[in-house]
Amino acid sequence: MKRIPVSQVILDVVFAGMLATPWMIRHFVHSQVRPAETQTDCRAALARYGFCFQEVSGQAGIHFVHEAPILDHKLDGIMPEVASMGASVSIVDFDRDGWPDIYVTNSRMGSLNHLYRNNHDGTFTDVAQKMGIADVNQPGTGVSMGAVWGDYDNDGYEDLFLIKWGRPELFHNDQGRGFTRVTDRAGLPPWINANTAVWFDYDGDGRLDLFVAGYYPENVDLWHLKDTRMMPESFEYAKNGGRKYLFHNLGKGHFEEVSAEAGINSRRWALACAAADLRGTGYPDLFVANDYGVSELYLNDHGHFREAGAETGVGFAPKSGMNAAFGDIFNQGKYSVYVSNISEEGVLLQGNNLWVPQEGNGLHYANLARDLGVELGGWSFGAQFGDLNNDGNMDLYLENGYVSLSRTRSYWYDFSKVAGGNSSIISDASHWPAFDGRSLSGYQQKRVWMNDGAGKFEDVAQAVGVTDTYDGRAVALADLWNTGVLDAVVANQCGPLLIYKDTVAPNHDWIEFDLEGAKSNRSAIGAQVTLFWNGQKQIQYVSGGNGFASEDDRRLHFGLGQNPQIERAVIHWPSGTVQTLEHLTPNQLVHVKEPA
Amino acid sequence: MNPPVKDAREVGARQPLWKRMLDSRFMPPVFITLILLAGNLSFGILESYSRTLLAIATSIAGEMILGRIFLKKWPHPASAYITGISVGILLRSPAYWPYALCAGLSITSKYALRFRHRHIWNPSNFGICAMLFLASDSVAGLSIQWGNNLASLLVIWILGSVIVWRARRFNITATYVASFIALSFLRSWITGDPWQSEISPITGPMYQLFIFFMITDPKTTVRSRTGQCMVAVAIAVVEFFMRLGSSVYAPLYALFWVGPAALFIEMWLDARRSRAVAAVVSGAQPA
Repeated sequence: MKRIPVSQVILDVVFAGMLATPWMIRHFVHSQVRPAETQTDCRAALARYGFCFQEVSGQAGIHFVHEAPILDHKLDGIMPEVASMGASVSIVDFDRDGWPDIYVTNSRMGSLNHLYRNNHDGTFTDVAQKMGIADVNQPGTGVSMGAVWGDYDNDGYEDLFLIKWGRPELFHNDQGRGFTRVTDRAGLPPWINANTAVWFDYDGDGRLDLFVAGYYPENVDLWHLKDTRMMPESFEYAKNGGRKYLFHNLGKGHFEEVSAEAGINSRRWALACAAADLRGTGYPDLFVANDYGVSELYLNDHGHFREAGAETGVGFAPKSGMNAAFGDIFNQGKYSVYVSNISEEGVLLQGNNLWVPQEGNGLHYANLARDLGVELGGWSFGAQFGDLNNDGNMDLYLENGYVSLSRTRSYWYDFSKVAGGNSSIISDASHWPAFDGRSLSGYQQKRVWMNDGAGKFEDVAQAVGVTDTYDGRAVALADLWNTGVLDAVVANQCGPLLIYKDTVAPNHDWIEFDLEGAKSNRSAIGAQVTLFWNGQKQIQYVSGGNGFASEDDRRLHFGLGQNPQIERAVIHWPSGTVQTLEHLTPNQLVHVKEPA
Repeated sequence: MNPPVKDAREVGARQPLWKRMLDSRFMPPVFITLILLAGNLSFGILESYSRTLLAIATSIAGEMILGRIFLKKWPHPASAYITGISVGILLRSPAYWPYALCAGLSITSKYALRFRHRHIWNPSNFGICAMLFLASDSVAGLSIQWGNNLASLLVIWILGSVIVWRARRFNITATYVASFIALSFLRSWITGDPWQSEISPITGPMYQLFIFFMITDPKTTVRSRTGQCMVAVAIAVVEFFMRLGSSVYAPLYALFWVGPAALFIEMWLDARRSRAVAAVVSGAQPA
């Protein structure tokens, strides 16, 4: 009998071991989901994680279901893909009664947007029609994709900018009693196909300016297409999207478009943007997450922008950016940036990005999403940072799911065969195979990543009650019932608006800040609060739009954990004023007016 | 992938160094390195250099160790370099370990899966297919483009064609491409999908590496030119059926099955021919 050399036997064993390695990694390293975590048991979740969500939209009197746009019939074959956005949610206290209200967009031609006024008793009432901001999707004007609120005239009431595939609209808030359309007087362009916008005072003049980022080119009327060559030229390097607009607020309701002068000139396919002072210069920088390409980071040098995506590390590897949210996840007084992308097992693993600022000269980021455990979500859209269990660490709520149709048939094969092809093929919608009722990353679970404060996030979504599998788009966080916790409002594409009411373990304290600008814009957008307690600090800012198609509550919510000793809160106002608050006690909402 | 290169003995030993560099087995590594660098510097095709370097290092280290143990010599690193760089380009994963494991599997397969002193799978094809089969939750194949524009496509196709032409394997590439295109129209007719969508994959980056480096691998292709063309057609045909079944990585899987089958058939035919010759020789000997 022929003898097999020992070395060959060893090699075969090693080879077999290598083939078994993926199974072993999956089995022994990744199998962290324990049986108790796959079911919602609120009491167990409170004991284990310190919080629990309960979906209460029905009890709150909200029965809104989003309707997707129906575009030109030339796109019928791939309508589920091209009409896959439009569900949005923004939080605003439009009537200044001290209770957050909810505005949601609808996207079918002729459908109505809704403004849910907070009744202070756990319920909401839709007042959009009464207020004049419901019927905004009329034929010929396009449909809604999102909304951002900002007090552009500093009269104390939040005004509404409606983001559309179509005619953008600006509505003036008439002291909470109604809204007046002021689009024409403001000087806005007749048509923008945008999915994102943000209010911010980029030049520090005390008036809110507006950045609007196009997705489809502005000369495309998606209901009356000249031809079908309206798709991106590339799925990683596309630069044939919509232009960007920077509307400088001149006062008295007039705006001037200054993007070119200010240094913003891009035709990438923007899906999300957010603005915050990332370098401590006193001027807000602008982060833009682009679909089909790299993210852009516009550094603001005294009102003039310089694109520094590649230089800072966030704009090198092209992915499918669909979210931009800032959060101080390490309690170091610095913002990390979360950008969502696409991950589908075995087909496309872009992974989401968590850009964490690095020590050293200048601003530079490293992607630590994998290290911290927030990389793989699915086909991810909106995400928000917030302390969901009041333990003093910023958690992360992520929406997933693209097109949920058939539960058994997938469009991924057809998607992948076209998406990698030459630009002349993929840029023409007529070259794409028909969806034919198939799903594309549908019925996906959401992620609620709990920050353990030691550099790791754990997904506890199923355990704490976030169990829906709708096609999630936007999520906004707000203390809807003034109870000292962050509730989550979720807008789903072609799905219901969900309200996840948060319950937090009673021994976890909190504090909230409601800021009002004086020299700065009255919304206090861009103001930053650094809270010092128990020997640590956390920074948060007032946002004029963040995440994907969403806007959080103006009020800043800090979880404090157990037995907190608050040392001080330092407020950096957009005007440059620095205000320090001392002798603060936990479990209260602190109203702060900027010193004159 | 292994380089479609001439045997080193074919290279004139007296040629100047620069010419030897061009003619030798350095040329494919240089070419694929240029593709990588140009793609990454211009379009950022890699998640990071470190993952690709890990794959290359693992591949070369594995080749050196295993070659020394089993072949009693230090192997030329060009083949392992191309395997490593191919893994670095074709495999997509946010993690590091799949790059090391895939490169290790690729090289080890050359020594573990042998028949009659030949390895029967193209190394990187085996490694990548194994990862896609076994670790689909952690890896994906290359699906993006570098630029999606015609210029970069033409440059790679022209340079690739020159390489395989010089290696006398252009017939494989040309036969496969012609078969793929013809079968794309047939697939379009069957499925009703636009023909452009069926042609689209071959304009993508995965195919650029597949048709110039993977299916032309001299160590895992049959010898006769007619046989090579038949194998190329067979790969395209198997891929055709896999695509009808919506297999995203149909070409890689097709080569995975067809390549070894072709080699087995060739070895069986060789053995039968040897036996026939031996019988003729023994029959011709005087009693």
